[in-house]
Amino acid sequence: MEKLVVKDLHKSYGSHEVLKGISLKAKAGDVISIIGSSGSGKSTFLRCINFLEKPNAGSISLSGVDISLQKNKQGELIPSDQKQLQAMRSKLAMVFQHFNLWGHMTVLENVIEAPIHVLGLSRDEAIARAEKYLRKVGLDAQAQAKYPAHMSGGQQQRVAIARALAMEPEVMLFDEPTSALDPELVGEVLKVMQTLAEEGRTMIVVTHEMSFARNVSNHVMFLHKGLVEEEGHPDEVFGNTKSERLKAFLSGSLK
Amino acid sequence: MIDIIQQYWKAFLWTDGYHLSGLAVTMWLLVVSIAFGFFASIPLAIARVSRSKWLSRPVWLFSYVFRGTPLYIQLLFFYTGMYSLDIVRDVDILNHFFREGYNCTILAFGLNTCAYTTEIFAGAIKATPYGEIEAGRAYGMNKFTLYRRVIIPSALRRALPAYSNEVILMLHATTVAFTATVPDILKVARDVNAATYDSFNAFGLAALIYLCITFILVALFRKAESKWLAHLRPMKA
Repeated sequence: MEKLVVKDLHKSYGSHEVLKGISLKAKAGDVISIIGSSGSGKSTFLRCINFLEKPNAGSISLSGVDISLQKNKQGELIPSDQKQLQAMRSKLAMVFQHFNLWGHMTVLENVIEAPIHVLGLSRDEAIARAEKYLRKVGLDAQAQAKYPAHMSGGQQQRVAIARALAMEPEVMLFDEPTSALDPELVGEVLKVMQTLAEEGRTMIVVTHEMSFARNVSNHVMFLHKGLVEEEGHPDEVFGNTKSERLKAFLSGSLK
Repeated sequence: MIDIIQQYWKAFLWTDGYHLSGLAVTMWLLVVSIAFGFFASIPLAIARVSRSKWLSRPVWLFSYVFRGTPLYIQLLFFYTGMYSLDIVRDVDILNHFFREGYNCTILAFGLNTCAYTTEIFAGAIKATPYGEIEAGRAYGMNKFTLYRRVIIPSALRRALPAYSNEVILMLHATTVAFTATVPDILKVARDVNAATYDSFNAFGLAALIYLCITFILVALFRKAESKWLAHLRPMKA
């Protein structure tokens, strides 16, 4: 069964249409990479999936349940039921480009926060979960008491991944998780993401890392000016590129 | 100096023989008005930064009025101004309330510090990194949880240095309380001055007491900052 189905998503800022009808289907265990040049709408698309941005048209269903939507005054779609939206978001953990860790909380507090205050776990359960996932992303017990500002970007992003994992989500959304990192820190984050992919987690990844898209994901979408220009298995998309734009994009990014 | 201390130390610190006086009264004024200002200013600060004009405008007006007029006039207004109105004297509960100098003083001080604190907290709320709010939303927090767990705790920490300043300024502002016949430290000093004509020592002693309170307040706030602002400090090597 499909975990996540997005149908014909449209999004405009004023008269500028940035998404012109994009659809996506993710089965359990799928790792979908979304690539494209900046301005192609890939981040906006990802952020529409959990309604951080409000789409203008389209539909989204998670684990077979449609999110009920209504139009607001600006003609954007908003979830008609806040409770349903919050429940949906708690199953769609997001990892951000700039980590977005809560600065006044320690690493451990960041990871147990939403499991306690959104999922309703007890503190002990949440701590057990947090320790498990912090270990998985390669952070030792010593790191748990640190504040995000006292860590490297790569460490912060791994904390953010542990925070997402602690929700035990249906689908994980990654919004350019390595774009804000120093080049030498990119590897440690990609390695964690590869492990997660191998465990069979369902992931949607907006990325500029072509090697990740090629080697780790099982489906690649190339976005151009708000439309899917080409998509398919990475072997097909990278090995037998049909679209001229993707060819140009790849030759630019694979230098 | 020694004579004054020997004769008036009790009045300076806690009682003039009949009522509370001096330090005890000053601290009571400070603690009650600061506590009122703190708790009232959190919801007001949230309203102040609200996108709804129906919420933000009234709070803006309140803080504009109370920050735009001298505290001394506010106190005179509540103490003598209000009581000169027939309606206040005719309604029993208002009559009781505004006849008492303490009530008027606490009301004026509380509202005044509340206005300043509201602006401090509102500024700190506005400075919340947007990504942290977005992360709260993306992890399924409802509005209340987002404020309670992310926005307010983060903002109050950021506001701490400015807030400690406000508390110390408020301590010094309590010296206008004698206007409403409240026997705070300065009122005792004036009485001592009137009784002994030793102005230098009478007011010097009062100044020393204020200095001591400030010293303790600064130490307390420094402790609070090292506890709650650890995440903003550069890491120790």
